[in-house]
Amino acid sequence: MEQNAWLTDAVARVGDSPRAIVRLFAAAGRHYRPAEEARIRLLHALPAEAVPYWIDDLYRHGDSNEKLAVLRALPDLPLDVEAVPLLHDALRTNDTRLIGAALGPYARHLDQHAWRHAVLKCVFVGVPLEEVDNLDQRADRELAVMVSALRAEREAAGRRLPADAYRLLERIP
Amino acid sequence: MRIFDPHIHMTSRTTDDYGRMAAAGVRAVVEPAFWLGQPRTNPGSFTDYFDSLVGWEPFRAAQFGIRHFATIALNPKEANDPRCRPVLELIPRYLDKDSVVAVGEIGYDAMTPEEDEAFSVQLALAVEYELPALVHTPHRDKAQGVKRTLDVVRESGISSGRVVVDHLNEVTVGEVHDTGCWMGFSIYPDTKMSPPRMVEILRAHGLERVLVNSAADWGKSDPLLTRRTGEAMLEAGFSEDDVDRVLWRNPVEFYGQSGRLDLSETADTGPLFEGSSILRGGS
Repeated sequence: MEQNAWLTDAVARVGDSPRAIVRLFAAAGRHYRPAEEARIRLLHALPAEAVPYWIDDLYRHGDSNEKLAVLRALPDLPLDVEAVPLLHDALRTNDTRLIGAALGPYARHLDQHAWRHAVLKCVFVGVPLEEVDNLDQRADRELAVMVSALRAEREAAGRRLPADAYRLLERIP
Repeated sequence: MRIFDPHIHMTSRTTDDYGRMAAAGVRAVVEPAFWLGQPRTNPGSFTDYFDSLVGWEPFRAAQFGIRHFATIALNPKEANDPRCRPVLELIPRYLDKDSVVAVGEIGYDAMTPEEDEAFSVQLALAVEYELPALVHTPHRDKAQGVKRTLDVVRESGISSGRVVVDHLNEVTVGEVHDTGCWMGFSIYPDTKMSPPRMVEILRAHGLERVLVNSAADWGKSDPLLTRRTGEAMLEAGFSEDDVDRVLWRNPVEFYGQSGRLDLSETADTGPLFEGSSILRGGS
Protein backbone atom coordinates (compact mmCIF):
# COMPACT_ATOMS: atom_id res chain seq x y z
CA MET A 1 0.00 0.00 0.00
CA GLU A 2 1.25 3.45 -0.94
CA GLN A 3 3.05 5.42 1.74
CA ASN A 4 1.51 8.80 2.31
CA ALA A 5 2.50 11.22 5.06
CA TRP A 6 -1.00 12.67 5.38
CA LEU A 7 -2.62 9.25 5.76
CA THR A 8 0.01 7.98 8.19
CA ASP A 9 -0.53 11.03 10.37
CA ALA A 10 -4.33 10.82 10.04
CA VAL A 11 -4.36 7.14 11.06
CA ALA A 12 -2.27 7.98 14.14
CA ARG A 13 -4.56 10.85 15.12
CA VAL A 14 -7.70 8.71 14.85
CA GLY A 15 -6.06 6.04 16.99
CA ASP A 16 -5.29 8.65 19.66
CA SER A 17 -8.59 10.48 19.49
CA PRO A 18 -11.51 8.90 17.60
CA ARG A 19 -13.32 12.23 17.25
CA ALA A 20 -10.57 13.40 14.92
CA ILE A 21 -12.05 11.09 12.28
CA VAL A 22 -14.94 13.50 11.63
CA ARG A 23 -12.98 16.01 9.56
CA LEU A 24 -10.29 13.60 8.34
CA PHE A 25 -12.86 11.19 6.91
CA ALA A 26 -14.63 13.95 4.96
CA ALA A 27 -11.42 15.50 3.62
CA ALA A 28 -9.55 12.27 2.86
CA GLY A 29 -10.00 12.46 -0.92
CA ARG A 30 -8.25 15.80 -1.07
CA HIS A 31 -5.09 14.25 0.37
CA TYR A 32 -5.08 10.66 -0.83
CA ARG A 33 -6.47 8.78 -3.83
CA PRO A 34 -8.43 6.64 -4.01
CA ALA A 35 -10.37 8.39 -1.26
CA GLU A 36 -12.25 5.22 -0.35
CA GLU A 37 -9.05 3.36 0.48
CA ALA A 38 -7.99 6.19 2.82
CA ARG A 39 -11.43 6.29 4.45
CA ILE A 40 -11.44 2.56 5.08
CA ARG A 41 -7.99 2.75 6.63
CA LEU A 42 -9.21 5.52 8.94
CA LEU A 43 -12.14 3.34 10.04
CA HIS A 44 -9.72 0.54 10.84
CA ALA A 45 -7.67 2.95 12.93
CA LEU A 46 -10.58 3.44 15.35
CA PRO A 47 -10.31 1.66 18.71
CA ALA A 48 -12.62 -1.38 18.52
CA GLU A 49 -14.98 -0.11 21.19
CA ALA A 50 -15.46 3.16 19.27
CA VAL A 51 -16.34 1.53 15.94
CA PRO A 52 -20.14 1.11 16.38
CA TYR A 53 -20.64 4.74 17.36
CA TRP A 54 -18.48 6.27 14.67
CA ILE A 55 -19.60 4.18 11.70
CA ASP A 56 -23.15 5.23 12.52
CA ASP A 57 -22.17 8.89 12.88
CA LEU A 58 -20.01 8.96 9.74
CA TYR A 59 -22.62 7.19 7.63
CA ARG A 60 -25.45 9.44 8.77
CA HIS A 61 -23.44 12.63 8.22
CA GLY A 62 -21.74 11.37 5.08
CA ASP A 63 -22.10 12.34 1.45
CA SER A 64 -22.63 9.45 -0.97
CA ASN A 65 -18.94 8.57 -1.23
CA GLU A 66 -18.50 8.58 2.55
CA LYS A 67 -21.56 6.35 2.95
CA LEU A 68 -20.11 3.98 0.35
CA ALA A 69 -16.81 3.78 2.22
CA VAL A 70 -18.61 2.91 5.46
CA LEU A 71 -20.74 0.22 3.79
CA ARG A 72 -17.74 -1.37 2.08
CA ALA A 73 -15.73 -1.38 5.31
CA LEU A 74 -18.42 -3.11 7.39
CA PRO A 75 -17.47 -6.77 6.74
CA ASP A 76 -13.94 -6.30 8.06
CA LEU A 77 -14.66 -4.13 11.08
CA PRO A 78 -15.15 -5.47 14.62
CA LEU A 79 -18.93 -5.41 14.52
CA ASP A 80 -21.80 -7.69 15.34
CA VAL A 81 -25.26 -6.58 14.18
CA GLU A 82 -24.90 -2.92 15.16
CA ALA A 83 -24.66 -1.64 11.59
CA VAL A 84 -27.76 -3.40 10.21
CA PRO A 85 -29.79 -0.14 10.37
CA LEU A 86 -27.27 1.39 7.95
CA LEU A 87 -27.98 -1.39 5.44
CA HIS A 88 -31.69 -0.72 5.74
CA ASP A 89 -31.04 2.97 5.12
CA ALA A 90 -28.93 2.30 2.04
CA LEU A 91 -31.52 -0.14 0.68
CA ARG A 92 -34.26 2.50 1.03
CA THR A 93 -32.41 4.79 -1.40
CA ASN A 94 -32.53 4.65 -5.16
CA ASP A 95 -28.78 5.20 -5.43
CA THR A 96 -27.58 2.07 -7.23
CA ARG A 97 -24.08 2.35 -5.74
CA LEU A 98 -25.42 2.36 -2.17
CA ILE A 99 -27.78 -0.53 -2.85
CA GLY A 100 -24.98 -2.66 -4.28
CA ALA A 101 -22.60 -1.79 -1.45
CA ALA A 102 -25.22 -2.78 1.14
CA LEU A 103 -25.26 -6.35 -0.18
CA GLY A 104 -21.65 -7.25 0.53
CA PRO A 105 -20.63 -9.92 3.07
CA TYR A 106 -22.01 -7.92 6.02
CA ALA A 107 -25.51 -8.49 4.56
CA ARG A 108 -25.38 -11.92 6.20
CA HIS A 109 -26.93 -10.03 9.14
CA LEU A 110 -30.02 -9.08 7.11
CA ASP A 111 -33.01 -11.33 7.74
CA GLN A 112 -34.17 -13.39 4.79
CA HIS A 113 -37.22 -11.24 4.06
CA ALA A 114 -35.18 -8.03 3.88
CA TRP A 115 -32.44 -9.74 1.88
CA ARG A 116 -34.88 -11.10 -0.73
CA HIS A 117 -36.42 -7.68 -1.21
CA ALA A 118 -32.96 -6.17 -1.55
CA VAL A 119 -32.03 -8.64 -4.29
CA LEU A 120 -35.34 -8.01 -6.04
CA LYS A 121 -34.61 -4.27 -5.87
CA CYS A 122 -31.25 -4.92 -7.52
CA VAL A 123 -33.04 -6.62 -10.40
CA PHE A 124 -35.57 -3.79 -10.52
CA VAL A 125 -33.09 -0.88 -10.62
CA GLY A 126 -30.37 -2.70 -12.55
CA VAL A 127 -27.67 -3.27 -9.92
CA PRO A 128 -25.49 -6.11 -11.27
CA LEU A 129 -26.20 -9.25 -9.24
CA GLU A 130 -22.49 -10.00 -9.06
CA GLU A 131 -22.42 -7.32 -6.35
CA VAL A 132 -24.59 -9.52 -4.11
CA ASP A 133 -22.40 -11.57 -1.80
CA ASN A 134 -23.26 -15.23 -1.33
CA LEU A 135 -26.13 -15.00 -3.81
CA ASP A 136 -26.30 -18.61 -4.98
CA GLN A 137 -26.13 -20.07 -1.49
CA ARG A 138 -28.81 -17.78 -0.12
CA ALA A 139 -31.25 -17.54 -3.04
CA ASP A 140 -34.38 -19.56 -2.26
CA ARG A 141 -37.68 -20.58 -3.84
CA GLU A 142 -39.45 -17.50 -2.49
CA LEU A 143 -36.93 -15.21 -4.17
CA ALA A 144 -37.44 -17.14 -7.39
CA VAL A 145 -41.20 -16.61 -7.14
CA MET A 146 -40.69 -12.85 -6.60
CA VAL A 147 -38.27 -12.48 -9.52
CA SER A 148 -40.52 -14.59 -11.74
CA ALA A 149 -43.47 -12.32 -10.94
CA LEU A 150 -41.41 -9.29 -11.94
CA ARG A 151 -40.41 -11.08 -15.12
CA ALA A 152 -44.08 -11.70 -15.93
CA GLU A 153 -44.88 -8.00 -15.47
CA ARG A 154 -41.95 -6.89 -17.60
CA GLU A 155 -42.63 -9.35 -20.36
CA ALA A 156 -46.34 -8.45 -20.42
CA ALA A 157 -45.15 -4.92 -21.15
CA GLY A 158 -42.84 -6.10 -23.91
CA ARG A 159 -39.73 -5.58 -21.78
CA ARG A 160 -37.07 -7.80 -20.28
CA LEU A 161 -35.27 -8.31 -16.99
CA PRO A 162 -31.50 -7.78 -16.92
CA ALA A 163 -29.71 -10.85 -18.30
CA ASP A 164 -28.21 -11.75 -14.91
CA ALA A 165 -31.72 -12.11 -13.46
CA TYR A 166 -32.61 -14.80 -16.04
CA ARG A 167 -29.41 -16.62 -15.19
CA LEU A 168 -30.28 -16.42 -11.49
CA LEU A 169 -33.69 -17.98 -12.11
CA GLU A 170 -32.04 -20.87 -13.94
CA ARG A 171 -29.77 -21.52 -10.97
CA ILE A 172 -32.40 -21.55 -8.23
CA PRO A 173 -33.50 -25.17 -7.82
CA MET B 1 -20.50 25.11 -26.42
CA ARG B 2 -19.57 23.74 -23.00
CA ILE B 3 -21.49 25.25 -20.13
CA PHE B 4 -20.94 25.38 -16.37
CA ASP B 5 -24.06 26.81 -14.69
CA PRO B 6 -22.65 28.37 -11.52
CA HIS B 7 -26.05 28.79 -9.83
CA ILE B 8 -29.06 26.55 -10.40
CA HIS B 9 -31.50 24.87 -7.99
CA MET B 10 -31.76 21.42 -9.54
CA THR B 11 -33.73 20.08 -6.56
CA SER B 12 -36.68 21.99 -8.05
CA ARG B 13 -36.14 20.74 -11.61
CA THR B 14 -37.14 17.56 -13.43
CA THR B 15 -35.08 14.86 -15.08
CA ASP B 16 -36.37 16.27 -18.40
CA ASP B 17 -34.47 19.45 -17.53
CA TYR B 18 -31.29 17.46 -16.91
CA GLY B 19 -31.71 15.80 -20.31
CA ARG B 20 -32.26 19.13 -22.09
CA MET B 21 -29.37 20.74 -20.25
CA ALA B 22 -26.98 17.94 -21.18
CA ALA B 23 -28.09 18.17 -24.82
CA ALA B 24 -27.49 21.96 -24.72
CA GLY B 25 -23.91 21.52 -23.49
CA VAL B 26 -24.22 21.82 -19.71
CA ARG B 27 -21.49 19.65 -18.16
CA ALA B 28 -21.33 20.98 -14.60
CA VAL B 29 -23.57 22.85 -12.18
CA VAL B 30 -23.33 24.42 -8.75
CA GLU B 31 -26.49 24.17 -6.66
CA PRO B 32 -26.57 26.72 -3.85
CA ALA B 33 -28.59 25.98 -0.73
CA PHE B 34 -31.51 28.37 -0.59
CA TRP B 35 -35.17 28.46 0.38
CA LEU B 36 -37.76 26.22 -1.17
CA GLY B 37 -40.79 28.45 -1.49
CA GLN B 38 -42.45 26.90 1.57
CA PRO B 39 -40.68 28.16 4.71
CA ARG B 40 -39.12 25.40 6.82
CA THR B 41 -39.83 25.20 10.52
CA ASN B 42 -36.99 23.16 12.04
CA PRO B 43 -33.32 22.27 11.55
CA GLY B 44 -34.12 18.68 10.57
CA SER B 45 -35.66 19.92 7.34
CA PHE B 46 -32.32 21.50 6.49
CA THR B 47 -30.39 18.34 7.32
CA ASP B 48 -32.46 16.41 4.79
CA TYR B 49 -32.10 19.21 2.24
CA PHE B 50 -28.32 19.50 2.65
CA ASP B 51 -27.98 15.70 2.55
CA SER B 52 -29.82 15.70 -0.75
CA LEU B 53 -27.44 18.36 -2.12
CA VAL B 54 -24.42 16.12 -1.41
CA GLY B 55 -26.20 12.81 -1.99
CA TRP B 56 -29.16 12.19 -4.23
CA GLU B 57 -28.87 15.27 -6.44
CA PRO B 58 -25.26 14.55 -7.59
CA PHE B 59 -26.33 10.97 -8.33
CA ARG B 60 -29.30 12.19 -10.36
CA ALA B 61 -27.10 14.67 -12.29
CA ALA B 62 -24.52 11.98 -13.01
CA GLN B 63 -27.13 9.92 -14.88
CA PHE B 64 -27.03 12.70 -17.48
CA GLY B 65 -23.27 13.17 -17.49
CA ILE B 66 -23.48 16.38 -15.44
CA ARG B 67 -21.15 17.03 -12.49
CA HIS B 68 -23.07 18.47 -9.55
CA PHE B 69 -21.47 20.62 -6.85
CA ALA B 70 -23.14 22.51 -4.01
CA THR B 71 -22.80 25.51 -1.77
CA ILE B 72 -24.12 25.24 1.79
CA ALA B 73 -25.54 27.94 4.07
CA LEU B 74 -28.53 29.15 6.05
CA ASN B 75 -30.24 31.52 3.63
CA PRO B 76 -31.07 35.08 4.75
CA LYS B 77 -34.85 34.72 4.63
CA GLU B 78 -34.98 31.71 6.95
CA ALA B 79 -32.21 33.14 9.13
CA ASN B 80 -34.98 35.40 10.44
CA ASP B 81 -36.94 32.47 11.91
CA PRO B 82 -35.67 31.66 15.41
CA ARG B 83 -36.70 28.01 14.88
CA CYS B 84 -34.20 27.75 12.01
CA ARG B 85 -31.27 29.52 13.64
CA PRO B 86 -29.73 26.28 15.02
CA VAL B 87 -29.05 25.39 11.37
CA LEU B 88 -25.90 27.51 11.74
CA GLU B 89 -24.51 24.77 13.99
CA LEU B 90 -25.12 22.10 11.33
CA ILE B 91 -23.28 23.89 8.57
CA PRO B 92 -19.59 23.39 9.45
CA ARG B 93 -19.72 19.64 8.93
CA TYR B 94 -21.08 20.08 5.41
CA LEU B 95 -18.34 22.57 4.58
CA ASP B 96 -15.81 19.70 4.68
CA LYS B 97 -17.53 17.71 1.93
CA ASP B 98 -15.68 17.16 -1.35
CA SER B 99 -18.52 18.49 -3.52
CA VAL B 100 -19.14 21.63 -1.44
CA VAL B 101 -17.30 24.40 -3.28
CA ALA B 102 -18.49 27.55 -1.46
CA VAL B 103 -20.50 28.93 1.44
CA GLY B 104 -23.81 30.22 0.13
CA GLU B 105 -26.30 31.64 -0.53
CA ILE B 106 -25.65 34.14 2.21
CA GLY B 107 -26.45 37.85 2.28
CA TYR B 108 -29.59 39.92 2.71
CA ASP B 109 -33.29 39.53 2.11
CA ALA B 110 -34.93 42.26 4.21
CA MET B 111 -31.75 43.57 5.90
CA THR B 112 -32.65 42.70 9.49
CA PRO B 113 -30.26 42.39 12.46
CA GLU B 114 -30.76 38.60 12.30
CA GLU B 115 -29.62 38.61 8.68
CA ASP B 116 -26.63 40.76 9.64
CA GLU B 117 -25.51 38.17 12.14
CA ALA B 118 -26.06 35.10 9.95
CA PHE B 119 -24.23 36.82 7.11
CA SER B 120 -21.14 37.72 9.10
CA VAL B 121 -21.00 34.38 10.95
CA GLN B 122 -21.08 32.51 7.65
CA LEU B 123 -18.51 34.76 5.98
CA ALA B 124 -16.24 33.86 8.90
CA LEU B 125 -16.93 30.17 8.19
CA ALA B 126 -15.89 30.72 4.56
CA VAL B 127 -12.57 32.10 5.77
CA GLU B 128 -12.12 29.29 8.30
CA TYR B 129 -12.91 26.50 5.81
CA GLU B 130 -10.97 28.22 3.01
CA LEU B 131 -14.01 28.37 0.75
CA PRO B 132 -15.29 31.09 -1.58
CA ALA B 133 -18.61 32.75 -0.74
CA LEU B 134 -21.75 33.10 -2.87
CA VAL B 135 -23.65 36.22 -1.84
CA HIS B 136 -27.30 36.73 -2.76
CA THR B 137 -28.47 40.33 -3.14
CA PRO B 138 -32.03 41.31 -2.22
CA HIS B 139 -34.68 41.72 -4.87
CA ARG B 140 -36.29 44.62 -3.04
CA ASP B 141 -34.23 47.70 -2.17
CA LYS B 142 -31.42 46.12 -4.20
CA ALA B 143 -29.12 49.12 -4.62
CA GLN B 144 -29.05 49.77 -0.88
CA GLY B 145 -28.70 46.04 -0.24
CA VAL B 146 -25.67 45.78 -2.49
CA LYS B 147 -23.96 48.70 -0.73
CA ARG B 148 -24.53 47.14 2.66
CA THR B 149 -23.43 43.74 1.34
CA LEU B 150 -20.13 45.15 0.12
CA ASP B 151 -19.54 46.84 3.49
CA VAL B 152 -20.05 43.55 5.35
CA VAL B 153 -17.79 41.67 2.92
CA ARG B 154 -15.07 44.28 3.41
CA GLU B 155 -15.33 44.08 7.22
CA SER B 156 -15.22 40.26 7.21
CA GLY B 157 -11.65 40.15 5.95
CA ILE B 158 -12.40 37.62 3.19
CA SER B 159 -10.46 38.31 0.00
CA SER B 160 -12.75 40.09 -2.48
CA GLY B 161 -11.62 37.73 -5.26
CA ARG B 162 -13.19 34.84 -3.33
CA VAL B 163 -16.65 36.44 -3.23
CA VAL B 164 -19.32 36.49 -5.93
CA VAL B 165 -22.09 39.04 -5.50
CA ASP B 166 -25.06 37.63 -7.38
CA HIS B 167 -28.25 38.78 -9.14
CA LEU B 168 -26.69 42.03 -10.35
CA ASN B 169 -28.13 44.36 -12.98
CA GLU B 170 -27.25 47.55 -14.86
CA VAL B 171 -27.67 49.66 -11.74
CA THR B 172 -25.58 47.56 -9.36
CA VAL B 173 -22.80 46.11 -11.53
CA GLY B 174 -20.47 49.11 -11.48
CA GLU B 175 -20.11 49.29 -7.75
CA VAL B 176 -19.32 45.58 -7.42
CA HIS B 177 -16.88 45.73 -10.34
CA ASP B 178 -14.80 48.30 -8.48
CA THR B 179 -14.46 46.15 -5.35
CA GLY B 180 -12.68 43.22 -7.02
CA CYS B 181 -15.54 40.84 -6.14
CA TRP B 182 -16.90 38.54 -8.85
CA MET B 183 -20.14 39.64 -10.50
CA GLY B 184 -23.02 37.17 -10.87
CA PHE B 185 -25.93 37.62 -13.28
CA SER B 186 -29.08 35.52 -13.20
CA ILE B 187 -30.70 35.31 -16.62
CA TYR B 188 -34.46 35.03 -16.22
CA PRO B 189 -37.34 34.87 -18.71
CA ASP B 190 -38.92 38.16 -17.59
CA THR B 191 -37.20 39.66 -14.61
CA LYS B 192 -33.66 39.85 -13.21
CA MET B 193 -31.62 39.90 -16.47
CA SER B 194 -32.12 38.89 -20.11
CA PRO B 195 -29.61 37.58 -22.71
CA PRO B 196 -29.58 40.83 -24.77
CA ARG B 197 -29.12 42.97 -21.65
CA MET B 198 -26.37 40.62 -20.49
CA VAL B 199 -24.54 41.10 -23.78
CA GLU B 200 -24.64 44.87 -23.27
CA ILE B 201 -23.22 44.51 -19.77
CA LEU B 202 -20.37 42.33 -21.09
CA ARG B 203 -19.64 45.00 -23.72
CA ALA B 204 -19.55 47.73 -21.10
CA HIS B 205 -17.72 45.93 -18.28
CA GLY B 206 -15.71 43.17 -19.97
CA LEU B 207 -15.59 39.43 -19.36
CA GLU B 208 -13.36 39.36 -16.31
CA ARG B 209 -14.88 38.14 -13.00
CA VAL B 210 -18.30 37.64 -14.62
CA LEU B 211 -20.48 34.59 -13.85
CA VAL B 212 -23.63 34.00 -15.89
CA ASN B 213 -26.21 31.67 -14.36
CA SER B 214 -29.80 30.58 -14.90
CA ALA B 215 -30.66 30.52 -11.18
CA ALA B 216 -33.47 28.23 -12.33
CA ASP B 217 -35.64 27.08 -9.42
CA TRP B 218 -39.30 26.49 -8.57
CA GLY B 219 -40.32 29.89 -9.98
CA LYS B 220 -40.65 30.96 -13.59
CA SER B 221 -37.15 30.32 -14.88
CA ASP B 222 -35.31 28.44 -17.63
CA PRO B 223 -32.20 26.26 -17.23
CA LEU B 224 -31.23 26.87 -20.88
CA LEU B 225 -30.87 30.65 -20.60
CA THR B 226 -27.11 30.19 -20.07
CA ARG B 227 -27.00 28.66 -23.56
CA ARG B 228 -29.25 31.43 -24.94
CA THR B 229 -26.82 34.00 -23.51
CA GLY B 230 -23.89 32.29 -25.22
CA GLU B 231 -25.80 32.39 -28.51
CA ALA B 232 -26.64 36.06 -28.01
CA MET B 233 -22.94 36.76 -27.40
CA LEU B 234 -22.01 35.06 -30.68
CA GLU B 235 -24.69 36.97 -32.58
CA ALA B 236 -23.34 40.21 -31.13
CA GLY B 237 -19.85 39.47 -32.41
CA PHE B 238 -18.17 37.88 -29.36
CA SER B 239 -15.90 34.94 -30.25
CA GLU B 240 -16.33 31.27 -29.36
CA ASP B 241 -13.42 31.73 -26.98
CA ASP B 242 -15.20 34.65 -25.27
CA VAL B 243 -18.27 32.48 -24.78
CA ASP B 244 -16.14 29.63 -23.40
CA ARG B 245 -14.52 32.03 -20.98
CA VAL B 246 -17.81 33.34 -19.61
CA LEU B 247 -19.75 30.07 -19.58
CA TRP B 248 -16.95 27.66 -18.60
CA ARG B 249 -13.55 29.03 -17.64
CA ASN B 250 -14.83 31.82 -15.36
CA PRO B 251 -16.92 29.54 -13.12
CA VAL B 252 -14.08 27.00 -13.09
CA GLU B 253 -11.70 29.74 -11.97
CA PHE B 254 -14.04 31.06 -9.28
CA TYR B 255 -15.11 27.78 -7.71
CA GLY B 256 -11.69 26.27 -8.37
CA GLN B 257 -10.51 28.45 -5.50
CA SER B 258 -12.12 25.89 -3.20
CA GLY B 259 -9.46 23.37 -4.20
CA ARG B 260 -12.30 20.83 -4.62
CA LEU B 261 -13.55 21.36 -8.15
CA ASP B 262 -12.83 17.91 -9.53
CA LEU B 263 -13.92 17.94 -13.18
CA SER B 264 -11.92 14.86 -14.15
CA GLU B 265 -15.03 12.84 -14.93
CA THR B 266 -16.53 15.55 -17.12
CA ALA B 267 -16.38 14.79 -20.83
CA ASP B 268 -15.32 17.62 -23.08
CA THR B 269 -17.26 16.64 -26.15
CA GLY B 270 -20.72 15.72 -27.19
CA PRO B 271 -23.90 15.44 -25.17
CA LEU B 272 -23.54 12.60 -22.74
CA PHE B 273 -27.11 11.72 -22.02
CA GLU B 274 -27.76 8.20 -23.18
CA GLY B 275 -31.15 7.86 -21.61
CA SER B 276 -29.69 5.21 -19.40
CA SER B 277 -30.16 5.19 -15.81
CA ILE B 278 -32.46 7.27 -13.84
CA LEU B 279 -34.01 4.41 -15.28
CA ARG B 280 -36.89 5.06 -12.92
CA GLY B 281 -35.54 1.88 -11.58
CA GLY B 282 -36.17 0.10 -14.80
CA SER B 283 -39.86 0.37 -14.02
